[in-house]
Amino acid sequence: MPEEATYVEAIRSATELEMAQDPRVVLFGLDVDDPKCIQGTTAGLLDRFGSERVFGTPLAEEAMTGAAVGMALSGLRPIHVHIRIDFVLLAMNQLINVAAKTRYMHGGKLHVPMVVRAMIGKSWGQGAQHSQGLYPLFMHIPGLKVCAPSTPYDAMACLLTAIRDDDPVIIVEHRLLYYQTGPLPEDTDNLPAPSARVTRPGNDVTLVGISHQQEECLRAAAYLEEKGISAEVIDPIWLTPLDLDTIETSVRKTGALCVVDNTWTTCGAGSEIIAGVLERIQGDVPVRVKRLGYAPVTCPPTPGLEELFYPNGRTIARDVCDLVHGGNVGWTPEERANLREITFKGPF
Amino acid sequence: MLERFYRSLYRIRRVEEEVARVYPSDVIKSPVHLSIGQESTAVGVCEAICEQDVLFTSYRCHAPYLAKGGDLPGMIAELYGKAAGAAGGKGGSMHLVDVAKGVMGASAVVGTPLPNAVGYALGAKIQKKDVAVACFFGDGATDEGVFHESLNFAALKRAPVLFICENNGFAIHTHQKFRQAVPDIAGHAEAHGITTRRLSDNVTEIYDAVREAREALEKNPDAGPFFFECSIYRWKEHVGPSEDYQLGYRHLEDAQPWLDNDQVRVVGEKLAVATREAIEQEVEAEIQAAFAFAASAEFPAPAELYTHVFGEQSHA
Ligand SMILES: Cc1ncc(C[n+]2csc(CCOP(=O)(O)OP(=O)(O)O)c2C)c(N)n1
Repeated sequence: MPEEATYVEAIRSATELEMAQDPRVVLFGLDVDDPKCIQGTTAGLLDRFGSERVFGTPLAEEAMTGAAVGMALSGLRPIHVHIRIDFVLLAMNQLINVAAKTRYMHGGKLHVPMVVRAMIGKSWGQGAQHSQGLYPLFMHIPGLKVCAPSTPYDAMACLLTAIRDDDPVIIVEHRLLYYQTGPLPEDTDNLPAPSARVTRPGNDVTLVGISHQQEECLRAAAYLEEKGISAEVIDPIWLTPLDLDTIETSVRKTGALCVVDNTWTTCGAGSEIIAGVLERIQGDVPVRVKRLGYAPVTCPPTPGLEELFYPNGRTIARDVCDLVHGGNVGWTPEERANLREITFKGPF
Repeated sequence: MLERFYRSLYRIRRVEEEVARVYPSDVIKSPVHLSIGQESTAVGVCEAICEQDVLFTSYRCHAPYLAKGGDLPGMIAELYGKAAGAAGGKGGSMHLVDVAKGVMGASAVVGTPLPNAVGYALGAKIQKKDVAVACFFGDGATDEGVFHESLNFAALKRAPVLFICENNGFAIHTHQKFRQAVPDIAGHAEAHGITTRRLSDNVTEIYDAVREAREALEKNPDAGPFFFECSIYRWKEHVGPSEDYQLGYRHLEDAQPWLDNDQVRVVGEKLAVATREAIEQEVEAEIQAAFAFAASAEFPAPAELYTHVFGEQSHA
C-alpha cells in the first residue's frame, strides 16, 4: 500500500481490500463501471472482481436502493454509489422507511448491512441540484449511520468500518476532497471505533468543520493566528454516532464553539452539535456559539454569487474573530496564496 | 417550411459550436450538455406545436429552448453567469427558461420534468385552454420509475402531453442495452395505452408526426397523450465541448451514419444557395451579437444572492 495516497485511492483501495477479503461485498451504482469510474474511485474493480460483483445500474435510484436492502437481507454486503448526493433524494423512501427501520420494526430479527456512498458537488457552476449537502436529513433518522470523512486516512477507515457494520451507513464524500493526499491506515484489521479527531490543538475557540469545511476551518485557524487567536479544530468524521465527548472537552477549555456545516445551517449538524454540547455544559462555563454554513438560498452557478454562497477560510476567520471578541471587529484577513482553495475546472 | 427548419437547425448548431469554441477560455464556468447532432428533434417538434404550447426539458435544454424561440442573448448571458441571463445567472446552462416563449424551465435531475409536464398539461385541460405540453427527455430518463408513473397518469387523465424521447443510445457512457432488458421505449409507452410513433432523426418526419398529433389535440383535448421515440445521436461528450471517442465506450464508426445524415447539412442542401447563405449570414450576425452582449454584460450584484428564495408577496 502506498504511504501517501489520494482520497480517490483511499476509497478505491478500501473497496478493493474488503471485496478481496469478503466475498459478500458487492459494488454497484450508476456509472461505477464506465470509463470514468466515479472519478477513479471504482477503477479496476470490475476487472478484478467481475461483473457479478461490480456493476452499473439503470437510472433507478429508488429501486436500486430497495434492491440493496434485498441483497443485504439475502446475506450480501452491498455498496451503492451515487455520483451526487442530490440523487439520493429519489431513494428516500427505501432508505428511510425501509433500510433504517427494518431491524427495529422486526424486533431485531432482520438487519440491513448496506453502504451508500454519495458525493457532494462544488464549484464550476454545479448549481441548484448538484451542490447540496443534505447529510443532516440522514442524521435525523434513527437507524442510519452517517459519516463525512475529510482525509484519505478517514475515507479508508470509514468505508471499511461501514462495510463491516451490520446496519446501513451513508458515507458523504465531497468532490473537492478527492484531491486530498495523505497517509492511509496501516492496520486495516483493527480500526479505531468511530470518533472525532482534534486536527489542530488550540485554546481560544473550538472550530468544528464538517466534510470539505474541515479544510476551510484549518485555513481559518491559520488566518486567526494573525489576530492572536488560537483555534482548536475538530473533525467529527462520524455524524451518527456523534462523538460529543471530544467536542465538549474542547469547549469546556475554550468557551467558544463554532460549527461550520457543509450545508445550510437550519436544522444542520451545527444545530445538533451546539445543542448537544450546551445541553451537557448547562452553564457550567460560559460558552459563545456560532453556526456557519451555506447561505440560506439555492446554490447559484455564477462565480461571484457562488463564492458568497460558501463559507471559506477567510469568512470563517472573520466570523470566529467576532465570536471570540463578542462583537463586530471589522477584520477579514487578506487572502494568502497558500490558503486558497484549489481551482476546479469543469466540464464536470 | 424547409427554410424555417434550416434557420432553426443552423442556428442551434452554430450557437452550440460557439459555446464549444469559447468554452476552453473559461468564460462559461458551468457544465454544458450540448445538443449538437440532436437539433432535428427540437426543431421538428417546436415547429409543429403552437405558440401557446410549452416545453419541459432536461439539462440538455439548449436546442429545445432555441427552437421554441427562447431568447438567444439571454441564453448566452446565462451561460456566462451574467445578470442579464435568462435566470439572472442563477440557473446556468442546465436551467434555461423563457416563460414568454413557453420554455418552462429545466431540471438537472434525470426524469424529474416528466410528471411536471403531465401536471401542466392536465392543468391546462382543466382550465379549458388549448395548450399542449412537449416534454423532452433522453433514453436514460425512461429507466426511472417516475417515467412509468408519469405515462400511466397522463394516459389515465388523457393529458395533452407530447412525450419526446430523444434516444441517443446512451446515459452518459452506458448504452441502453446495458440498462434495459427490453430496449424498446416506444413499446413501454404503448403498454401504457399511449398513441406512439417511432421516428428517425429526419426533421420533416418528426414535424409531420408531431403536427398530426397537435392537430388531433386541437380538435379533441382528450386525444392525447402522444409519445414519440426519436432515434438520434449525440456528437459531443455527455457534458463538455469535446468529442469523446477516445474513451472507448463508443466508436467513430457508430457515429458515421449519423454524421453522413447530418440534418443541418441535408436540409441546407435542399435550399437555393442564395437563400441558404442569406439565412446563415443573419444567424451569424445574431450569434455574434449575443456573445458580445454576454461578454460585456454585468455579473449579478452580491445582493442578488438572497433574492428569489421566495416571492415578494409572501403571506407565510
Ligand atoms: C436522478 C438522476 N440520476 C443520475 C443522474 C446523473 N446523470 C446525469 S445525466 C445522466 C444520463 C441521462 O441520460 P439520458 O436521459 O439518456 O439523457 P441524455 O444525457 O442522453 O440527453 C445521468 C445518469 C442525474 N442527473 N439524475
